[in-house]
Amino acid sequence: MKGKKKWYDYLWIFSLTYLILGFFNILFAWLGLLCFFIPLLIAILKGSKAYCNKYCGRGQLFSLVGGRFGLSRKKDIPGWMKSSYFRYGFLIFFFAMFFLMLWNTYLVFAGVKDLGMAITLLWTFKLPWHWAYHGTLFSDGVAQFAFGFYSVMLTSTVLGFVTMLLFKPRSWCVYCPMGTMTQLICKARNAGSPRK
Amino acid sequence: MAKRKAVVSVRECVACGCCVKVCPKGAIAVPRGICAEISRELCVGCGKCAKECPASVITLEVTEQ
Ligand code: SF4
Ligand code: SF4
Ligand code: SF4
Repeated sequence: MKGKKKWYDYLWIFSLTYLILGFFNILFAWLGLLCFFIPLLIAILKGSKAYCNKYCGRGQLFSLVGGRFGLSRKKDIPGWMKSSYFRYGFLIFFFAMFFLMLWNTYLVFAGVKDLGMAITLLWTFKLPWHWAYHGTLFSDGVAQFAFGFYSVMLTSTVLGFVTMLLFKPRSWCVYCPMGTMTQLICKARNAGSPRK
Repeated sequence: MAKRKAVVSVRECVACGCCVKVCPKGAIAVPRGICAEISRELCVGCGKCAKECPASVITLEVTEQ
């Protein structure tokens, strides 16, 4: 409900801080795993999308920048972008790329590949990012995962930002893989349970 | 008098909850993370939810009451 702000209405600060920290020390990227496991756990254990509905700082950030600051055309998202084909297709693509990133991390862990100090934007463009690297812990793989995970986070932020500008502020939520996946889990988990 | 009520396209809703956050009447909930449900009793047809919905799946329908 509008009006009363709750503590979790400020979680956008966490999301923003996360993005900024990645410019200073890439190892902070590991914190992003929270935005990965918390929504999944809530969906699996509680069968709800409370993460999206309440806590997601990224969604809040987009509604703040696109809504409050007006950086959005506030137009309807095209039909194909909200179709199940696109949403599930993007989910599959996103996770395929995610596993590729994990595989790369594994290769660095195993010593087969050298640490690549770059951020891959939109799965294509390699941006030099060595300034955010100040050594690592245990193994080069730890840093490799950080670079990989931050690439995923930055890529999704850029995509979300573009669709925020073009369509409605939180357009990203229509095709966000975490959102799609938690909704799928909720659907599966609550299938057959009586409606209220 | 004809009144307007918000109606969600159940099949297309992505259950993001953006509509819940803007409804001044607290008429919307996303039970079980599947899709938004709007209480016909509480909804006053202001249209805020329809404007906010990133998937644009809320419409205001005229009901005779
Ligand atoms: S759909 Fe994605 S960005 Fe939107 S609230 Fe859910 S997790 Fe956050
Ligand atoms: S039309 Fe207004 S009162 Fe009705 S559900 Fe939407 S935001 Fe709430
Ligand atoms: S804002 Fe739209 S897509 Fe999101 S929960 Fe409400 S009706 Fe569904």
